[in-house]
Amino acid sequence: MRKLLFQSLFRRPFTEQAPPPDDAGLSELAAAVGNAARRRLGRSLSIREVDAGSCNGCELEIHALNNAYYDVERFGLRFVASPRHADVLMVTGPVTKNMREALERTYHAVPNPKWVVAIGDCGRDGGCFAGSYAVVGGVAEVIPVDLHIPGCPPTPMAMLQGLLALLERADSRAVT
Amino acid sequence: MPSLIDLMLEGRAVQHHGRWPRATVDISIWKFAAGEVARRRWSLLDLWGEPATVHMAIMDADTGEIATVSLDCPDLTYPSVGLHHPPALRLERAINDLFGLSAEGLPDARPWLDHDCWGVSFPLGNRVYGLSKTSPYRFLPAEGDGLHQIAVGPVHAGIIEPGHFRFTASGETVVRLEQRLGYTHKGIEGLMIGADLKRAAELAGRVSGDSTVAYAYAFSRAAEAALQLVVPDRAVWLRALVAELERLANHLGDIGAICNDASFTLMHAHCSVLRESVLRASDGAFGHRLLRDVIAPGGVTHDLGEDGTKLIQAMLGNIRLRFPALVELYDNTASLQDRTVDTGVLTPALAKQYAAGGYIGRASGRSFDARRTLAYPPYDSLQFEVPVLNEGDVNARVWIRVREVEQSLSLIDQILDRLPQGPLRAQADQLREPGEGMAIVEGFRGDVLAWLRVRDGRVERCRLRDPSWFQWPLLEACIENNIVADFPLCNKSFNCSYSGQDL
Repeated sequence: MRKLLFQSLFRRPFTEQAPPPDDAGLSELAAAVGNAARRRLGRSLSIREVDAGSCNGCELEIHALNNAYYDVERFGLRFVASPRHADVLMVTGPVTKNMREALERTYHAVPNPKWVVAIGDCGRDGGCFAGSYAVVGGVAEVIPVDLHIPGCPPTPMAMLQGLLALLERADSRAVT
Repeated sequence: MPSLIDLMLEGRAVQHHGRWPRATVDISIWKFAAGEVARRRWSLLDLWGEPATVHMAIMDADTGEIATVSLDCPDLTYPSVGLHHPPALRLERAINDLFGLSAEGLPDARPWLDHDCWGVSFPLGNRVYGLSKTSPYRFLPAEGDGLHQIAVGPVHAGIIEPGHFRFTASGETVVRLEQRLGYTHKGIEGLMIGADLKRAAELAGRVSGDSTVAYAYAFSRAAEAALQLVVPDRAVWLRALVAELERLANHLGDIGAICNDASFTLMHAHCSVLRESVLRASDGAFGHRLLRDVIAPGGVTHDLGEDGTKLIQAMLGNIRLRFPALVELYDNTASLQDRTVDTGVLTPALAKQYAAGGYIGRASGRSFDARRTLAYPPYDSLQFEVPVLNEGDVNARVWIRVREVEQSLSLIDQILDRLPQGPLRAQADQLREPGEGMAIVEGFRGDVLAWLRVRDGRVERCRLRDPSWFQWPLLEACIENNIVADFPLCNKSFNCSYSGQDL
């Protein structure tokens, strides 16, 4: 530990090397998200994630948004522990019948104004699980959705792009 | 004492059952097998249903022999295995929810996957429509002075899957934890029925996102056993490559996340960067960060080119450079060790009883690793060690992961060195007769079991068993007498799958 701390006195912490220079699009996008978020919501946008029945693939990539490469917190986008603290509900998965009520209650616990982002192909219309006796379908079947970000799962980059789209058009419903 | 083979000889063997035998048996043999499992002579690998049949897959841990016994139950009842062998309890509750087959003598008859929301009972058996009038779910009682309950979930504070945890605590100490799962039940086994192999493989790859390779691998091997399909050499080796990439990414993520749950974020930040490097290399080499749909029945769908090989080698080099310092940091940070050592101890006896797989079993003295014990190719010709510890605490589960990261690095090296040339995929012939196959593959979390019956190119029934079935109940056991604040730490060190269990 002492050695590692000592080293970090003399060289930049490893976690600050990102984003790598070849990801020019990422930097551009990051700047755009930063500007839009600041314009509409001051300096922050709080996101509460709800898994409404996903396979966990989308969660893995949402986690990646927090790593040093994407580091969403530098734009004021942060994941919060309670829907009471959230501006955005980020919902994954086909909504299962067993999760329907929990999703509705979480949605109602988020104060206005609020936006809902449905993540992944399953969040759009149930994806490959549509038609099952245990699945309601896409997130929009249960709560109003402002934005869909497709993918199986969407890459962290695609999710950053999606959040940008949301910020740009937050005043109109159902952007896609 | 009869061997598993003797047991099979007493039953009526099923034809065209790939890899390991399956036999239809009578009630006395079923009970005998259940008794032997309960006496821990054999390990229970899975227990699953069909509309009027139950199947039990068992393994002789000493010899690695595997067999499935099946009992026809036209009156929709069968002798409970869970009565004598608690690891079967949740499986039998799930069989009842899905098929309406009731286990006679089952001590816990509460529903498991069915939360009374589907609008149909016994969806895979004799369907009964309309919501039933069940009473509220009763959690198991805990009695004593000054006990209080903490209800957590299904929506948790973090970015994780949904499930409900009901703690009963005395002050800070957990007296009892009871899990209630099933929230992510998507009816995958129902969707499998009648699906063609392509769709079925995609579904299998979406059972549990972090194990998408392991599931596609297990499903494909089971399908190939059913169809007697020979996979080309290059595909056999590429499969192991993507399986090790998945293991590497998950273990790196877990090591960091466990430390994060002990509030040591430095490890988390560094490990996340390493995990990301694996995902990026996977994306560059195979076109998908999580390697989804790379493995399919007959072989693989994506070849590895020169550039991909270089990306992977560069990633390995970077991890070899960075990882040892992180391991040293973990090992030498007293405040972190204070949290992980002696926390959430799982005894070897319980690990053995539940046939717990993966790092959970191997941190508690159970050496089973499907890559070694069942030695499916190409692992039969690769050099690797299977790390085993006996302490069974959070610390041991971290160390197993650390050692497995090192083994995976070496395995990937060996695979890249010896990767044969040739075709990627064999085409499945249409077999005239129904074929059945079973396969077990070592995912990062433990052994994933797949069983299926194919007829005319379509899946008639497919069972996918996540290792978490036998790991979740052990989390309940090992949290006892720990403080509530250590639960996230214990939970993350187990990292069981919700979606894989709920299916």
